[in-house]
Amino acid sequence: MRQKQNNIFFGIDWLLVLFFTLLVGFGWINIYAASYTDENIQAFDFSSKYGKQLLWILFSIPLIILILFINAKFYQRFSSIFFILSLLTLIGLFIFGTEVNGARSWYRFGSVSIQPSEFAKAFTALGLAKLMSDRKYNLSILKNQIKAFIIIFLPALLIALHDPGSAIIYLAFFFVLNREGLTLAYIIFGALSIVLFIGTIIAGVKIIISLLYIIISIYIIYSIYKNKRFLKFNWIKIVGIYLFSSFFILSADYSYNNILKKHQRDRFEVILGKTSDTKQIGYNSDQSIQTISSGKFWGKGFLEGDKTQGNFVPAQDTDYIFSVVGEEWGFVGSSLVIFLFMALLYRIIYKAEKHANKFGRIYGYGVASILFFHLIVNIGMVIGLLPTVGIPLPFFSYGGSSLWGFTLLLFIFIKLDTQKSYDW
Amino acid sequence: MKRSFLLYFLITLIGILFVGRLFQLQVVRGKNYNPVKNSAVKVKFDMPERGYVYDRNGELLVANQLSYDVTIVPNEVTPLDTIEFCSLLKISKENFIKRFKKAENYAPWLESVFLKQLAKEDFAFLQEKLHKFQGFYIQKRVIRNYPIKSAANILGYINEVNELIAKKDNYYQQGELIGKAGIEAQYEKVLRGKKGKKYFRRDRFNKIKGPFKNGIYDSIAVNGKDITLTIDSKLQQYGEYLMKGKRGGIIALEPSSGEILALVTSPSYDPNMMVGRLRSPNSVKLIGDTINKPMYDRGLKGTYPPGSPFKLVNALIGLQENVIDENTHFFCNGGYRYGNRKNEFMKCHCDIYGKPIQLNSAISKSCNSYFANTYKRIIEKDKNSTNGMNNWSTHVKSFGLGNYLGYDLPEGDKGLIPNGDYYNRMYTYRWNASTNISNAIGQGEVLTTPIQLANVTAAIANRGFFYTPHVVKKIDNQAITDSSYTTPKYTTIEKKHFEPIIQGMHEVFKTGTASWVNIEGIDIVGKTGTSENFMRVGRKKIKLPDHSILVAFAPKNDPKIAVAVFIENGGFGSTVAAPITSLIIEKYLRGMISRKWIEERMLKTDLSPIYERQTIALKQIETETK
Repeated sequence: MRQKQNNIFFGIDWLLVLFFTLLVGFGWINIYAASYTDENIQAFDFSSKYGKQLLWILFSIPLIILILFINAKFYQRFSSIFFILSLLTLIGLFIFGTEVNGARSWYRFGSVSIQPSEFAKAFTALGLAKLMSDRKYNLSILKNQIKAFIIIFLPALLIALHDPGSAIIYLAFFFVLNREGLTLAYIIFGALSIVLFIGTIIAGVKIIISLLYIIISIYIIYSIYKNKRFLKFNWIKIVGIYLFSSFFILSADYSYNNILKKHQRDRFEVILGKTSDTKQIGYNSDQSIQTISSGKFWGKGFLEGDKTQGNFVPAQDTDYIFSVVGEEWGFVGSSLVIFLFMALLYRIIYKAEKHANKFGRIYGYGVASILFFHLIVNIGMVIGLLPTVGIPLPFFSYGGSSLWGFTLLLFIFIKLDTQKSYDW
Repeated sequence: MKRSFLLYFLITLIGILFVGRLFQLQVVRGKNYNPVKNSAVKVKFDMPERGYVYDRNGELLVANQLSYDVTIVPNEVTPLDTIEFCSLLKISKENFIKRFKKAENYAPWLESVFLKQLAKEDFAFLQEKLHKFQGFYIQKRVIRNYPIKSAANILGYINEVNELIAKKDNYYQQGELIGKAGIEAQYEKVLRGKKGKKYFRRDRFNKIKGPFKNGIYDSIAVNGKDITLTIDSKLQQYGEYLMKGKRGGIIALEPSSGEILALVTSPSYDPNMMVGRLRSPNSVKLIGDTINKPMYDRGLKGTYPPGSPFKLVNALIGLQENVIDENTHFFCNGGYRYGNRKNEFMKCHCDIYGKPIQLNSAISKSCNSYFANTYKRIIEKDKNSTNGMNNWSTHVKSFGLGNYLGYDLPEGDKGLIPNGDYYNRMYTYRWNASTNISNAIGQGEVLTTPIQLANVTAAIANRGFFYTPHVVKKIDNQAITDSSYTTPKYTTIEKKHFEPIIQGMHEVFKTGTASWVNIEGIDIVGKTGTSENFMRVGRKKIKLPDHSILVAFAPKNDPKIAVAVFIENGGFGSTVAAPITSLIIEKYLRGMISRKWIEERMLKTDLSPIYERQTIALKQIETETK
């Protein structure tokens, strides 16, 4: 038994590894297509994007081996430290960060740039798992709830200051909290807050407040009609709701217009499609939809995508990589990728549920939720269902930090999964 | 298990949503996706050469010539010697700046036209020095050229394709050329040929990256086909020459084929005015001239009361309907009384008093009374005037009147041949033959275009049938096979009834009103006419000088040419229209003019003072009524 456990591949879920390999491999093929230039006669060019990505993929193998080599218990024990280190790297950006595309979220070491926010997801998941797996931890206690929120929102806030789009991902952790018993009320409350916040930015304070009052009033009238005693018991609550929502809307408006800086506001407005810069956004989305549509059922074939080869979709090797899949591999290829992601997610949840200890299960849920959120936001954007938010497609998009970040995220889970039957 | 349900459910939901959206995009929408209509594919057109146009004798009427546009890529322009450049292009500095700004506004990195259609000499100078001016290029273009400077109304002109046309017909791109009038428009598809297309892959910076799919979608340009017209350019030019200073038209047909030998409208213009750098000021001038209307083809579009030549049609109907025969006679007494009131009297100038008038002399002397009687009998043959009128109308229409003739030019007018219903509506059933007796002499409601009258003449020359007039003889040196031009159309009049009519028409040139322009050795058969005309200004009806009309064909027994001549406000048919007809016939049949004095007299006949007086008078009345 001991001997077997010393083997680093012991107990590994090969299905997850297979899904990972397929996604990374197919992703690289598409990066090749997106960055390939026929002017380049040289057979293989390591200075090109596909060349660099191949190096990142190759270097991820020692990373994987390292992750698998470390004892699963180590992750649990040191997860608090990992989390704090991760926070420090995010804070460090304010001092040592380099600005790329208007977001100061990179560290530069010579020719290599690293984006700490890509790794922070895994460490936040670890931190949250550590907190919540404590035997004394009970989510129904408000103090505990606040602790969890702090772990989630601290990194999210630090990231949001550079790159609000990427910070959205941290909302994924609510799935984890929900799994561990947080009432849906929080998710509903959170969702409503977001809707109110966005609504206030888009439509303005007056319209939203009056709209809200109308909705609440209709609800109250309806309740009175159904149950006459309602008013007697709840009038304080009703006034409270009116006051709180008004206060929330006013403060949302105030903080948006006065606390946020101009460039941060611009980013929000770009995301919400409010600024006149929609021309650029509109161009991306339009080109992406056209490119995907032109792939038809079977796709145009590898390196045959004329839109991809003409570089028509901006960021087609990173955030818009799925448009390359759509054009060159058609409906068949792109839906296969979606099925592959679905299979990966199902498998992670299935495995997480099998964990005997809470730590593994919570971490597994974190992994699945993060990947799922990335999938929704990225593909939703590329196929024109959601507004433009620049986040990568896991395992697919070009970029070392993102590839390593997701590799780390997934393989820590695979490692934890090898020792799922132990209750630490 | 219960708690994991939410995430499982959402993953499945989103998965289905995404695959559904992909299905919508790639399968549903992808079905209509055209592989070459794609922003990654650039089309380059290989322009075919537009077909040439020749006349019936092989004379070149329309050719192509090279023209040079100066184009500019604003971003590539380096500081230059503006004064030298402007003097080369013969433009002012302000103009240079204006044009430069326009190009820059259009797109600073794209090529656009800076100056259109450089004169050949300017081009030669510029070409030598072009290397000094970075960012300027020369683009060759093919434009039309009209060597004979005539027949503008037949040949038409070409236009640049505008946004509207480009949207309607996806063959065209904005800025290409398209026939706009005349045969350039009518035979656009024949003349233009077919564009060649080459597809290239390009990136989003518009950089060409090589052929698209190895050129499987590419096509080669097919040059336009040449067209040979039925027009005799010598006759056409001669007609235009004779018509100087007059408004009106000359239509000459070959009765045995319906081929249009000449189609003169006056005033006209040199077709070269609609080409080249002066095109836009010229077109403004030509289209803007609402008094002379040089772009209005009077031969095809002008509708006039046909006057006396219409009596021939009435005579033929009378014979066919058996209400008269060769020996039927009527008395005239200086006119025809159709009602009891004093003014219900139609005057006549036949000057035959107290003697019975038969068909022959009725035609040669153009007796109004005779045809009024004939017309009355035709209409009253049936007890119901409506039926009689309808019957008459059917006969008249069988000559190609009252509707579009169907010739191959894009302009025309139906004219008007009334029927019973027309008068029922006008007079609410209270009418009879006397009400519209003017139709007997081609005055009342009847309206025809000159080409319709020429066609009636051709039908008489053929003794009962005609071929639809047309201007195209051969396409790509192959005779046209369109059955609407090669099969005869029969009138409702039997052949035997034509001889007496032709006899009467012969008299016109032998002893009648046009005898002074008869040609020795050629039997001309014709009928003069004078068409009264009025103009309504407000409520006033103003009498204008009569139109001078003549229809004729020759030779009598083997007709080679049928002519209709129409001179606006030319007075009696015999004074202007007759000599012109005679000259046209002689020119066509003999190729030369023997009676120079008639020619000279016609050239000297300048009606422009009359037209001017008329315009002034009309303006006065207009201001008065206001």
